[in-house]
Amino acid sequence: MRVLVLVEHDHAHIHPSTAHVLNAARALGDEVILLVAGAGCGAVAEQAAKLEGVTKIFIADDVAYTHFFADNVSALVAMCSEGVGAILAPATTFGKDILPRVAAKLNMTQVSDVTQIIDSDTFEHPIYAGNAIETVRVLDEIKILTIRTTAFDAVVDEQPPCAIEVLDVAVEPSKIAFIDASSSISERPDLSSAKRVVSGGRGLQSTEHFKLIEDLADALGAAVGASRAAVDAGFISNDHQVGQTGKIVAPNLYMAVGISGAIQHVAGIKDSKVIVAINKDEEAPIFQVADYALVGDLFKLVPELIEKLKA
Amino acid sequence: MKVLVAVKRVVDPYVKIRVKPNHQGVETEHVKHAMNPFDEIAIEEALRLFEKNLVTEVVAVSIGSDACLETLRHALALGAHRAIHIKTDEVFESLNIAKLLHAIAQKESPDLVLLGKQAIDGDNNQTPQMLAALLDWPQATFASALVLDSNTHKLTVTREVDAGLETISLDLPAVVSTDLRLNEPRYASLPNIMKAKQKPLDIVLASDLGVLLTKHVEVMSVKPPRVRQAGIKVASVDELLEKLRHEAKVL
Repeated sequence: MRVLVLVEHDHAHIHPSTAHVLNAARALGDEVILLVAGAGCGAVAEQAAKLEGVTKIFIADDVAYTHFFADNVSALVAMCSEGVGAILAPATTFGKDILPRVAAKLNMTQVSDVTQIIDSDTFEHPIYAGNAIETVRVLDEIKILTIRTTAFDAVVDEQPPCAIEVLDVAVEPSKIAFIDASSSISERPDLSSAKRVVSGGRGLQSTEHFKLIEDLADALGAAVGASRAAVDAGFISNDHQVGQTGKIVAPNLYMAVGISGAIQHVAGIKDSKVIVAINKDEEAPIFQVADYALVGDLFKLVPELIEKLKA
Repeated sequence: MKVLVAVKRVVDPYVKIRVKPNHQGVETEHVKHAMNPFDEIAIEEALRLFEKNLVTEVVAVSIGSDACLETLRHALALGAHRAIHIKTDEVFESLNIAKLLHAIAQKESPDLVLLGKQAIDGDNNQTPQMLAALLDWPQATFASALVLDSNTHKLTVTREVDAGLETISLDLPAVVSTDLRLNEPRYASLPNIMKAKQKPLDIVLASDLGVLLTKHVEVMSVKPPRVRQAGIKVASVDELLEKLRHEAKVL
């Protein structure tokens, strides 16, 4: 089967999600084509060509694709769908924005957040904030899937670069215009793929106090996450939110500090290898999923933890 | 200017759901239901546009059995001007929901369609994007701020994306999916709940909309997830570090 993967990137680097989606693609088919759409994204195509198991790269380089608008990128993906048995994208805000639109254009269904590929048309994915796992069989000719990246290992090996084919297709103009973007540039690891994550919740009480979470994360070399309550309260920006409607993480170590553990938050962390919870409320639901529970005042415990980690 | 808002009746977000013992779905009988929280945000945003005199009418639409009349009455009690119930006892996948909404959008010709970014039952996050594709309208997903300029007929939307925030401008008509921080929905007051009973609520049969609704996906089973067991309580930071280093071996 030929599988088409829509590559997420920032025009300079391939996003870590692609290496995970690639593994899902290889489980589905023997021929894997990576589609790189963007403006001045040649470097990304070259990186993609070296990922093990990639058969071919399609590159669509046009200024119209600079901001990955769903209308014209989905039109492009649909144009590349001939002879393809599956179309995959990461279940990130990038993939979720574009892939359902591709599916509707092709009059086909789309399965969201696939966590397991049972066979070429049967897939598992979580529903109800991960409180149920649904197995579905796709009846359409093309299986259109967003892939939950934490459920698939990343392809790490390299290969001699495969062929890069420049797509010669008509570019549709977008009805969307870019105004601006704020992105927090951080030296810390990417939250979705970090090996260690430290998250803070309402218990931190203020933006100033939330710095404790950042200090703990730095002592551990971890990414910084947050509960919805902490983001709503303005302690930290939205891109740090972990949970059902935020980012899904599955690090080796997840530390939840001052987080009560609403089901929507737990939905985003329960595939973590080890969960540590620090909370003053012994009855907090987070302790039901934590491997190690430390009950007490985070304002005393976290500084002590930082100090001892640095020692 | 008219806004169409799609609302879905779902299991209340505070209910702990149970998978049916026969693995054929989730128990929804005798379980408290509510309007999908993301759709409440969509209704609220439409009402705020109306209150700013930027739109003239807010129409709520819902698809499902008679039970979703309750959801539509709630939308009317919040302030929607009228409601449309697309009646069916079938449970449709996102694509067919988008097709039914497409049919209504063609009849109603709204300038803007607002929908929650996902329903908290299926968590699919698809219907708004699919509807935008069928209408061939621009879309803005995951909206956390929305500014409508009725003179230029343009919409400025800030989107919550993985990297942070992105602000885009769209020509109307457009489809917008709403995220959590767009607004704080209001509560329905008792007088408004009473008044809602007098507001127009049209009922159309899904089968009368002239939409071909073929099945594209089949649910094979629904299972409970692997349950994580609670671990142990540690008494001190030292004990925690000792466990993380020597037992869990993650440090």
